[in-house]
Amino acid sequence: MNRTLLVLLGFLSMFALFILDMVLGSVSIPIEDVWAALKGGDTKKSWQYIVLNFRLPKALTAILCGAGISVAGLQMQTLFKNPLAGPSVLGISHGASLGVAVFVLASALFYQPMTGVHEMLGNWGLIIFAILGSMLVLMSVLLASLRLSDSISVLLVGLMFGFITGSIVSILQYFSDPELIQNFLVWTFGSMAGVAWTEMKVMAPVVTAGLILSLMFQKQMNALLLGEHYAAGVGVNVSRIRMALIVTTSILAGTLTAFTGPVAFIGIAVPHLTRLLLKTSDHKILIPGSMLTGAIILLSCDIISQLPGQQATLPINSITALFGAPVIIGIIMKNRRMKGAFA
Amino acid sequence: MEPLNGKSIAFNHRHLSRPILRTQDLSIGYETKNGPFILEEHLNIRIHNGELVCLIGPNGCGKSTLMRTIAGLQKPLRGTTYIEGKILKSLPPHKYARLISLVLTDKIQAGAFSVKDVVAIGRYPYINHFAKLRPYDCKIIDRSLEMVHLESYSDRHFSELSDGEKQRVMIAKALAQDTPLIMLDEPTAHLDLPNRVEIMNILKKLAINTNKAILLSTHELDLALQTADSIWLMKRGTAIRNGAPEDLVLTGAFEDVFACDAFDFDKSTGAFKVKHISKGSVALLGSGIPYLWTRRALERDGYKISEGTGHEVSVKIVGSNCWQIASGGFQDNCKSIAMLLAHLRHLDYYKTKKAD
Repeated sequence: MNRTLLVLLGFLSMFALFILDMVLGSVSIPIEDVWAALKGGDTKKSWQYIVLNFRLPKALTAILCGAGISVAGLQMQTLFKNPLAGPSVLGISHGASLGVAVFVLASALFYQPMTGVHEMLGNWGLIIFAILGSMLVLMSVLLASLRLSDSISVLLVGLMFGFITGSIVSILQYFSDPELIQNFLVWTFGSMAGVAWTEMKVMAPVVTAGLILSLMFQKQMNALLLGEHYAAGVGVNVSRIRMALIVTTSILAGTLTAFTGPVAFIGIAVPHLTRLLLKTSDHKILIPGSMLTGAIILLSCDIISQLPGQQATLPINSITALFGAPVIIGIIMKNRRMKGAFA
Repeated sequence: MEPLNGKSIAFNHRHLSRPILRTQDLSIGYETKNGPFILEEHLNIRIHNGELVCLIGPNGCGKSTLMRTIAGLQKPLRGTTYIEGKILKSLPPHKYARLISLVLTDKIQAGAFSVKDVVAIGRYPYINHFAKLRPYDCKIIDRSLEMVHLESYSDRHFSELSDGEKQRVMIAKALAQDTPLIMLDEPTAHLDLPNRVEIMNILKKLAINTNKAILLSTHELDLALQTADSIWLMKRGTAIRNGAPEDLVLTGAFEDVFACDAFDFDKSTGAFKVKHISKGSVALLGSGIPYLWTRRALERDGYKISEGTGHEVSVKIVGSNCWQIASGGFQDNCKSIAMLLAHLRHLDYYKTKKAD
């Protein structure tokens, strides 16, 4: 079957990009040495250190983030029945930023520089605040959307919530010291490189749990596409699934945003690209499909942002936007209007 | 028992009738700030298996509210609905979905579903979280599509279908849900005549062959009179009347509900006739089908038809393409009914001008 071939091709290219992401960078490391470093074989000590402690967690982060943000976007598009919904559009990333800002600034007030056990606790605190921040915004947007009938209004409301949280973050910045602001600004550019093994130990299980959880909602999400009455008619508890989708989206988008910064456009563009490639709206195929496509695309964006052979690194957001924005423009132009864009 | 396979039912089960749906002292309406707004109260209605029931009534009489209340999508003001003896309210969602299936008027936008994907959603109350279809589910999906004559459409994209085909897919979805009661909210709305007839035919056959109870709301009086086993007639401010369509015609219930200045209910044909402004009488001579259609045209334009002579205006059908019109010694031939009507309007115009 054509689709099986596509999936196989997808897995192969993901694996190839995963290796390539570890080969390329400011220092190019030959593929045999990357392989040797991964297997614990014989290679240069410095290369081994770079591969195991920088490039491997970075590539893994790109996969988790690509898969997670894409699924979060897909869930929001189905939840809001809105083809342009996504973590960066509806203010969910902003909500996570607010959580992160509050946590970072608050912990700077109460703790001395964190080390060891504190660092571990700090990571969990970061995640929890980011999740709570995203959930707060997502719930508010959902409540507003229940009173609004057209999708444009919902997007605008989401955008406004984004501005509100954004301005609160700016106000918080005004009262904090310059070094923290510098860190915060760098964080907002988005980067896969900020996740070391200590962070990975926290991020990977949470994101994996979110991804597995998202696979449980295929039925309900398909039914929701027919409208809430049809969904209720086939035994879906509509308010419960709405809540479940909000929680899952917040866990995925919140956690990932906390560690990689807000990654723009992946959440909107990848589900559309997947629909286009696999020619279906069936979530049984779309959910795993979006994970795979998202991982592939974010790995590619990460490789490009490293500017192979150069010392400088571009912010990953500029690359994802360069890729994502044209996809979205294309989708809107193709369908002439937004309502049809689920096709 | 294989409830979906009509062919395996060797004899008509309909004499073994049992109530599928029963309401007890049901009141429907809305809660408003000024207290409850009641549309109908003390409803004690039943639908039996194998029965096709049509819910009919003018716009705004509460048809949709009744449908939604029975389906459990809206809370009743009072009273209880029983499905197969179980209280509807008390059922958890997945059990409810095994008893009632719905076909709604909601527009479906999700375009990249295949026809099979949509029908498969009907199997959701029966399958696990990972939406894994078992061979048995696939068999039911195929049979459901067969019953609405869409067996060759299974891999087509839903968005590419016509409105009539989409409606049939939604009926197949309801069939795949394999419930004793199927409820359809205006399933023939927005469809052209052949599609409306086809949908009603399919539903009628389903009621007979699958022994399911089918309740639908409709504006199609003609079709309802011809197909329904039973009709529920709704009117604002009066209790619902139900019975066989013919009984409701004979007791005058139809006329009562749809009484209106612009229409007459013709008991002899069971159809509504538009009341026209009267323009005076015309003598019409002729026979056969041309006579019938000429008569209809004249009536449509407001003329009364009489067959005697001595009228101011008379029309004689002389051939297949020739209508002779005579008025006050003046005579002319028309080649078509349109010309004839134009001529008559001309005469009327001069008549009124003279009178001025």
